[in-house]
Amino acid sequence: MSSHKFLVHEDGDYVGVAVKNIQAGEKVLGVEIHSGKEYQVKSNHDIPLGHKIALQAIKNGEAVIKYGENIGIATADAKIGDWVHTHNLRTARWDYGN
Amino acid sequence: METKISGYRRENGRIGIRNHVIILPVDDLSNSSCEAVAHNIAGTLALPHPYGRLQFGADLDLHFKTLIGAGRNPNVAAVVIIGIEPNWAKIIADGIAETGKPVAYFGIEGYGDLKTIERASRKAQEFVQYATSLEKVECDIKDLVVSFKCGESDTTTGLASNPTAGVVGDRLVEMGGTVIFGETPETTGAEHILAKHFATPELSEKYLKIHKDYMDLIESKGADLLGTQPTQGNIAGGLTTIEEKALGNITKAGKSPIVGVLAPCEEPIAPGRYFMDTSSAAAECVTSMMAAGATLHIFITGQGNIVGNPLEPVVKMTANPNTATSMSEHIDVDISGVLSREINMEQAADKVMECVIKTARGRLTDAEALNHKEFVLTRLYPSA
Repeated sequence: MSSHKFLVHEDGDYVGVAVKNIQAGEKVLGVEIHSGKEYQVKSNHDIPLGHKIALQAIKNGEAVIKYGENIGIATADAKIGDWVHTHNLRTARWDYGN
Repeated sequence: METKISGYRRENGRIGIRNHVIILPVDDLSNSSCEAVAHNIAGTLALPHPYGRLQFGADLDLHFKTLIGAGRNPNVAAVVIIGIEPNWAKIIADGIAETGKPVAYFGIEGYGDLKTIERASRKAQEFVQYATSLEKVECDIKDLVVSFKCGESDTTTGLASNPTAGVVGDRLVEMGGTVIFGETPETTGAEHILAKHFATPELSEKYLKIHKDYMDLIESKGADLLGTQPTQGNIAGGLTTIEEKALGNITKAGKSPIVGVLAPCEEPIAPGRYFMDTSSAAAECVTSMMAAGATLHIFITGQGNIVGNPLEPVVKMTANPNTATSMSEHIDVDISGVLSREINMEQAADKVMECVIKTARGRLTDAEALNHKEFVLTRLYPSA
């Protein structure tokens, strides 16, 4: 059993998912669910269980990939280790009026 | 794994795992009489709801389908129906009577509540004594119609519990069982993947049209679902967008070819995996699936949805360790070990199957033990 703190769906995903609470400044281990591939990331923020951590730099306006699929559009730049949620990611679907 | 269960073989051959005698109101005005009958006669269950007057068109059809479907469900042994007037009560009784199970209906007009309650109670007593005389028979887990829905989802849902439920769905279909999933709005962002799951191009097109019609409906109201989908609970749990939610959502009934696209409350006609056009609201969705004859529900939650159904036992599972601890009375199966990698999804699916089998043999689920009996009819438009 590893002491991983986040899981990754697919190789190439821009984000992982915390499966334990992660603290800002913490160096954390992540594991890809099926392949077991390991990731080492230093977290820039407190990231609660279930929330996403950036595995690569993400540019404002870029599509964000999880599950190997597009899950929305970045609304701000994010660095490796940043918390990714509603403050820097929005749906590409329901944006009438935006 | 031992897949034998004991159940009730209904007159039409279908297998139920509960043996309810229900007192079913046609309309809001008849709830009071139905509840009085259920109070009078032990072993009966009233299903009060707020609708059934001045509905019309497709909305009225869906009302009838839901009530008829509830009565037809194999977990129901017999049905007493009460309506303010007898004509609509008869429509519902006739729909249920096709199954061969005992049905009686009563209209209140011209009698008043008290005489109706007396007449209906006498019939309910007779039906309870019929139902409690039925012997259980040996049958198999494949005889169940198992429905799937997730609620108060979070990222643990897509990481672990929906794919685990998918393993369960695949096992059931492999055995010759029938599984149903749905939630049209929550497939948004994953339509292109789900569309590939259908057995034929025609079915795929049928699903895509249903989805597009729904999106058009929202747009025609000048609205969008931001703030509604994902829900506030979803967002608290780490889900950011509908696409992210949908990609987790679509894995929950497995990977077998989808052999049919069902309207709400429409009964599947053969084994296999089905998509039903439903709301994503938990109680409405489970009610629609129950009314299609689903006899056991597997409900996947992240942040802790607590839904139950009066007729269809709801087995609840979570992979979120916080929810499994803080809301333990609602969680039948804790598979948080998938996130810590102490167990894999096949082992997690074993835990779910074990609970499904126990439930089918008579164990009350957490939702049953906690008296969760959400019976929620879907409305399509305002009453006339």
